Amino acid sequence: MPPIFNEPFLAALLTGAIISALPLILAGLGEQMSERAGVMNIGLEGMMMAGALAGFAATLAGLGVWGGMLAGGLVGAAVSVIMVLFCVRQGMNQIIVGIAITLGATGVTSLMHNAWYSRTYPRLDAAEKIALPGLSQIPVLGPGLFTHHPATWAGLFVALVFAFVYRQTFLGLNLASAGEKPDALDAAGIDVTRTRSVAVMVAGAMAGLGGAYMAVIGSGIFVPHMTGGAGYIAIVLAMLARDRPLWVVGGALLFGFCLSATTALQVGGIEVPTDFIQMLPFLAVMAVLVLFGRNARLPRALGQPYHRGQR
Amino acid sequence: MTAAPSPVVSLREVTKRFPGVIANDRVSLDFFPGEVHALLGENGAGKSTLISMLAGVQRPDEGEIAVDGAAVAIASPRHALSLGIGTVYQHRMLVPTLTVAENLMLGAPWWRRPALGGVRARFREAAAAFGVSVDPDARVENLSLGEQQQVEIIRALWRGGRLLVLDEPTAMLSPKGVEELGAMMGRMKALGIGIVFITHHLTEALDFGDRVSVLRGGRSVGGIAPETLTALPRADAMAEVVRLMFGTGLASAEAAEGGAHVPRALPNTKMLEVVGLSGRSPRSGSSFEDVSFHVRKGEIFGIAGVDGNGQTPLAEALAGQIAATGSVVLDGRELGPANVALRYQLGLRYATDDRNGEGMVGKLPISTNMVLKEIGAAPFWRRGIERRAAIDAHASALFAAHDVRAPGIHTPVGRLSGGNIQKVLLARELSGSPKVIVYSKPTHGLDLRNIEATRRRIRETAEAGVATVLISTDLGEVLALSDRIGVMVRGRLVGIVENGPEARLEVGRLMAGITEREAA
Amino acid sequence: MTESTEFITGATPAAPRFGFLLPLGLALLPVMAALVAAGLVLLVLGSDPIEYYSYVVQRGLLRWRGLQATVVNMVPLLILGGALIVSFRSGLWNLGIDGQYLLGTLTAGATAPLLAGAFPSIVALPLAMLAGAVAGALWALPPALLRARAGINEVISGLMMSLIAASLTAAAIKLWLKDPASLEPQTLTLPVEDRLPLLAGTDINIGIFIALGLVIAAHTLMMRSATGLRFRILGLNPAAATHAGLGVPKLTLSVLCLSGALGGLAGAVELTGVLGKMQASWHPGYGFAVVPLVFLARMNGWAVIVFVFAFSVLQIGSASAATRLGVPQDFTLVLVGFLLLFLALSEYAGERLRAKKV
Repeated sequence: MPPIFNEPFLAALLTGAIISALPLILAGLGEQMSERAGVMNIGLEGMMMAGALAGFAATLAGLGVWGGMLAGGLVGAAVSVIMVLFCVRQGMNQIIVGIAITLGATGVTSLMHNAWYSRTYPRLDAAEKIALPGLSQIPVLGPGLFTHHPATWAGLFVALVFAFVYRQTFLGLNLASAGEKPDALDAAGIDVTRTRSVAVMVAGAMAGLGGAYMAVIGSGIFVPHMTGGAGYIAIVLAMLARDRPLWVVGGALLFGFCLSATTALQVGGIEVPTDFIQMLPFLAVMAVLVLFGRNARLPRALGQPYHRGQR
Repeated sequence: MTAAPSPVVSLREVTKRFPGVIANDRVSLDFFPGEVHALLGENGAGKSTLISMLAGVQRPDEGEIAVDGAAVAIASPRHALSLGIGTVYQHRMLVPTLTVAENLMLGAPWWRRPALGGVRARFREAAAAFGVSVDPDARVENLSLGEQQQVEIIRALWRGGRLLVLDEPTAMLSPKGVEELGAMMGRMKALGIGIVFITHHLTEALDFGDRVSVLRGGRSVGGIAPETLTALPRADAMAEVVRLMFGTGLASAEAAEGGAHVPRALPNTKMLEVVGLSGRSPRSGSSFEDVSFHVRKGEIFGIAGVDGNGQTPLAEALAGQIAATGSVVLDGRELGPANVALRYQLGLRYATDDRNGEGMVGKLPISTNMVLKEIGAAPFWRRGIERRAAIDAHASALFAAHDVRAPGIHTPVGRLSGGNIQKVLLARELSGSPKVIVYSKPTHGLDLRNIEATRRRIRETAEAGVATVLISTDLGEVLALSDRIGVMVRGRLVGIVENGPEARLEVGRLMAGITEREAA
Repeated sequence: MTESTEFITGATPAAPRFGFLLPLGLALLPVMAALVAAGLVLLVLGSDPIEYYSYVVQRGLLRWRGLQATVVNMVPLLILGGALIVSFRSGLWNLGIDGQYLLGTLTAGATAPLLAGAFPSIVALPLAMLAGAVAGALWALPPALLRARAGINEVISGLMMSLIAASLTAAAIKLWLKDPASLEPQTLTLPVEDRLPLLAGTDINIGIFIALGLVIAAHTLMMRSATGLRFRILGLNPAAATHAGLGVPKLTLSVLCLSGALGGLAGAVELTGVLGKMQASWHPGYGFAVVPLVFLARMNGWAVIVFVFAFSVLQIGSASAATRLGVPQDFTLVLVGFLLLFLALSEYAGERLRAKKV
């Protein structure tokens, strides 16, 4: 038992934690924006799958890691247009359309994978990592925490940008109004539909980025169903974090650590406890709900379509 | 106030049509600076459409709106604001989770930086000018409805507004709130702001309006100019307005005011006796304490008081909707713990004022709503399985007896108008053999015809021997209908008054907090 | 702006004789549209949709063995459909249904072989099913309590309980309930002769009648009984439920626990019918297949039966198609996704049409 808790093991564990956390951070931040604006985006999982395939295909086609990320974001946003058209503009049931998007995107990406890659099973070259000078030299923790592809740092930086922008501009106020009392925002001269549409498309793009990160940087391959419920975890993170982007980051890191620990222990040959470790983050969420659930209220207009002149 | 010669905003022959209805039919009106222009009309008279055109939400099909004499097409709510027309709607338009200052800033594109400090200072300035004290950093959800309205008025005039449109501004206010609103309007008039005061209460129109206009069936049917209004005795003005609103039809000025009280001889049987009742509503958090009173057979016991002084939880406790300590005795029987179905069955009924919110399930048919408080009981259910024929027969009988206007008993209640929903609600609560009925604000939100019908129904059932508890914030209504009147202040029943010529004064004193003990 | 007009806003006095055509069209149209759209996806990816569909129908419906597999496949889906009808009609989102199913399966898997050793199967199997139902109800309890007591949205807590259940059942089998005679981590096996009896000459066990009975019972409960009306009022207007003296917390608990019990029962019936044992990796994710089907059926029990049947034909047919035609079984996801999307669209169009007529 002891020999597995050596330095390379810890490095792998921490690297894995950050790599599993990043898609959750990206998708969670997007969902947070969408939920604040009053749109529950259950289709997040599907948008991640679409982004994962797009990112993988683009990188495989020679566009590089950044090209892959860009493609993932664009395709994620494109899928979210369905949500915009059906739910934001026409006011259809967000949960039904969300489930439809997730099912459809999961199925279509699986079929595409079957049509394109099922004979060759291509694999991407491992994305190049950059060791942050100084920090990565910290013993034990350094290599795992601070040796990553720059896209990882960019992803974490985005979270800071969100936090800054919410606080320093009208964006936070406008989103909160669209989610809490859309007619007040409308009366103040801001287009509710446009605000919500943009929020939903940002969520789609962020989910697409998250999916692309999984495929391009995380694993280097594309497998059907590869997001494995990450979209739902991101939704939960966004709900619990409410309007605080940094909470999304914290929660995602916690989840990432547990996911990574599972893999690491499996590699270490310890079979049974992994089921318990897998359970930990979800148990943690339940504990949080039991303890602080009373305060975890959702935006008043969440899930409700907005039409001018109706109450 | 001397009215300035030229109007700020004029409507010229404005017409607005919706599929099947002409909401506004060649309406011409002038709004002058420094003047309160009361606009009266029943529900459906076209008031809302008029407001939405002034606010830039809708555009007239024909005719024009002129600002300072020049015709303009008001393109959007924002355009209306920039023209100096600010609108305060009946329902609040503030984001509850944001602060007052944040609400005032709302409306900038997302990339701009909010300038909180400046807004705070300007808000304090404006608040002082209008005689209002609200903290700009308070979260809106923590303010009273009156305070929220004050914030909305300030916001409506934020960009130098010159015409303020108030849609039924008194509907949700306590008498104190109404008083404050009156004072605020006085200050605004002095600053030269024109005010459009929309209401369907004629007393309010006469209390606050310098000029009164009446809308009926989408048309402007006339009004009273300021010179005439000041010269005319109040009763004559009232008669004139009633004539304009209803033509020479049914309603007299007195009916509109609720009618006069006629003393009656009552049997001495106590039908309902409440002793030391205390309770608290988990939903609203408001409570009442140590309330004791009795109601005799056939008597109407009015409970007067400003909204939010514990009347609603008291009614809910009587109905068995919330738990309470103390004793409630119905016709000699102690009722024990809360149980709506049992109390309903025994004849203790509660007609709620929140008809759409809790009284009815909008998506269910009229027939089901008629038996909502008897679910599972015979003859409508047998061994837990519904018997549609029995339910339908019951509903059809009530449907006819209460003159509900709807295609049939299977129409979902949500499709009915407010007046018809009230009929269904009363039909349910009055069906079978009621002994005691608790009414909560029974005429709230109804138009005059339905107000009159409801009051007649209350009188008739009382005359048939039903003990009645009438909770109302409309003092005129309580005085017109009740035999005795209790007054609630801060959750306590502070006094009970026999109705009579002196009752109004006495109830007023109790409401103001002057109990006999203190006066002595 | 809607000035409230007197009387009503939507008068539909006399239904025309062919009034049912519109709803029928609105139900069939999305199905056709989804088949066409999903077929186009196949075409784009280089398969022949006509060939695919006819193969699926051939294998899932027309062949006797395929049809039997289809019917067996329906059993857990139908019972889960019943569970969701109860929950959705009461305005509660029991998305923890997969967890309740897993716990029910596990409990039945742990108890049925032991019970079958002690009692005749006519006693043992109902007891195992009861145990599964109780386990499902208990697993639904935490989200139900959170919702009833603190008003916490049951969607998140339900999903969490499902994810926890997946790990917990696996761990429980590996640690405590493992059949020592088996290499794979799995529970003891219920001998074939002790399982639910088969219909003569078929592979179909009588679980299908239990399942059909439960769906119809759930539907009837909701639409015809006093309890069901109370549940529906809870969903339509909780304030009215309080006003009518129906204890909202108690109703919430009842609905979610009843739904959970049915979820657990689904697992127990499947285990005592076909599975015989539960493997640690068993996690079929039926919930996300059934949720859309219940929506498509508009929470109507009879329609749920039709949709579950069609879905099962598709599942069984597409499983053979996967090996034979090289189209992955995930095609069913595409089809159901499109179906939901078109359903939402037709519902929307229907509302528009009705609004226009009056």
